[in-house]
Amino acid sequence: MKIIVCAKQVPDTNEVKIDPVKNTLIREGVPSILNHDDANALEEALKIKTAYPDTHITVLTMGPPQAKDMLTECLAMGADEAILLSDRAFAGSDTWATSNALAAAIRKIGDFDLVFAGRQAIDGDTAQVGPQIAEKLDLPQVTYVKEFSFEGKNITVKRALEDGYELIKLKMPCVLTAIKELNQPRYMSIPGIYNATKKTIPTWSAADVAVDLAEVGLEASPTNVYRSFTPAGKGKGIMIEGEGEKEQAQKLLISLKIKHII
Amino acid sequence: MNFQLTKEQELVRKMVREFAIKEVEPIAADIDINGDFPYATVSKMKDYGLLGVPFPKEYGGAGGDNVAYAITVEELSRVCASTGVIASAHTSLGAWPIFYFGTEEQKQKYLVPLAKGEKLGAFGLTEPNAGSDAAGQQTKALDMGDHWLLNGTKVFITNGGQAGTYIVLAMTDKSKGTKGISAFIVDKDAPGFTIGKKEDKMGIRASATTELIFQDCVVPKENLLGAVGDGFKIAMATLDGGRIGIASQALGIAQGAFDVTVEYMKQRKQFGKKLSQMQALQFDIADMKTRIEASRLLIYKAAYMKSAGLKYGTDSAMAKLFAAETAMFVTTKAVQLHGGYGYTKDYPVERMMRDAKITELYEGTSEVQRIIIAASALGK
Repeated sequence: MKIIVCAKQVPDTNEVKIDPVKNTLIREGVPSILNHDDANALEEALKIKTAYPDTHITVLTMGPPQAKDMLTECLAMGADEAILLSDRAFAGSDTWATSNALAAAIRKIGDFDLVFAGRQAIDGDTAQVGPQIAEKLDLPQVTYVKEFSFEGKNITVKRALEDGYELIKLKMPCVLTAIKELNQPRYMSIPGIYNATKKTIPTWSAADVAVDLAEVGLEASPTNVYRSFTPAGKGKGIMIEGEGEKEQAQKLLISLKIKHII
Repeated sequence: MNFQLTKEQELVRKMVREFAIKEVEPIAADIDINGDFPYATVSKMKDYGLLGVPFPKEYGGAGGDNVAYAITVEELSRVCASTGVIASAHTSLGAWPIFYFGTEEQKQKYLVPLAKGEKLGAFGLTEPNAGSDAAGQQTKALDMGDHWLLNGTKVFITNGGQAGTYIVLAMTDKSKGTKGISAFIVDKDAPGFTIGKKEDKMGIRASATTELIFQDCVVPKENLLGAVGDGFKIAMATLDGGRIGIASQALGIAQGAFDVTVEYMKQRKQFGKKLSQMQALQFDIADMKTRIEASRLLIYKAAYMKSAGLKYGTDSAMAKLFAAETAMFVTTKAVQLHGGYGYTKDYPVERMMRDAKITELYEGTSEVQRIIIAASALGK
């Protein structure tokens, strides 16, 4: 099987600083890591490779030249190949422009069965790039994958919902996005580190992937960042206790009336 | 001259630190109290190649160098000195002599499973009456024509009972003194080989330290390591490298104690201010940090020289002496800076101080290191 894992290098903190003028993230001085959900996507690909050693895993990222460090770590975890998509023309891309560039790169790779991405990146929290890639490649997609199995070209996944899951069957090729419940990502290995640093990571430009320059970069991005902030934590819910449904319903009614909701 | 780590060495540190924090640190206090050997952790260390760092890939190793190996032991020991010495004794003392002195057949049979981590290694030199005076070996090996017969007892053997492969030193010709000592590779299942008393130690309590007992132990002819009479030379060369491992363990202990103490001082308030704001205590921190960094440079230099094929015996002795005494100095200060809390098992510095002491004792006491260093300066 040939798997493309889409990964992103993200700042290693939940409290990133925001540029007050551009309203974008300030990345300088913040250590970078492989985005958590993307590590789950890579881990699932590596598990497939463990079971089927002829599996080939390519990690693809779009980012500045420093993103090669993250790609080296992905290789040290066991990926076969890594490609950096990097060009000044990509700077300032929002999710729409990013997915244009990534989709173009995936078209250039061409031969694949599965695109595995993380659900979302911890710096932007949009969860849009994975689904957008699927749309632009005209492939079926399942997001929020928490369990994965396959037989031949048939995939069965559990898609997590807030209070349960959907059991979905689909065929390769397709795009899946992983959540942390899917698996426990492995560490790099010491032999993997020495293998990884011997590999060459090619850098593909906009011209290399033949993407229309009008579809990438800041100018091509329809998103305007109004404000970036750390969302407040969701408060704890209240469990209404009581003898039987009637009493519980009464208590609920009273509390809603007290708050003038009804 | 270049004081920067290579890309690989940096990644090794990043990987081992993450592994140590997630897999080792959470159990370090428990395995210390109970003296439990961390089987599950050692198995994971095998999976990630932590047990064969400095050996070539063709022999099952990770293909790294001795600096990367030193970093591995340092980072494990930063959170758990027991786990650090399991890796160190295995790599430096159990596997390395076979890598350096073994025949191709011995390497294939014994080094490959050790470097892959499928088996642990151990090294049996010390005896009840041959500690610092290692030449006074009483274990005997008799040439029986088609095999060797070993009789004697080794003590204080790290990884004893856990290891699958042992390097054992024994006297083959007492009349020749140190030139009458030979080295053997002994399988744990060798007839006549049993594990004796397990030590109940002050520190590194989760590492196994036992006696090795040989009663008419049958060792195949082909398991002689090097030539007859090479044993003392092999043992001394092995300890030169082993000292890099133990120095790294000491460095890790010191760094671990330092890191938790810095965090503690930023939180703990007395007399209306944080300990970190008190200049007398800041001076302690400055002394600790400086000695730790000096240890690190001595160790990495010795490790670099070993990988470069240069003579490094004096350098590893200086690194081990200085790092061990630094570990004792730093952990004692760390307990002091924690006050009464530092004396309790609620904080890790109590364990770290107990763990630090052994680094001044094994793989040559500090006194033995001074003998080696002085001899290199003054001549023997």
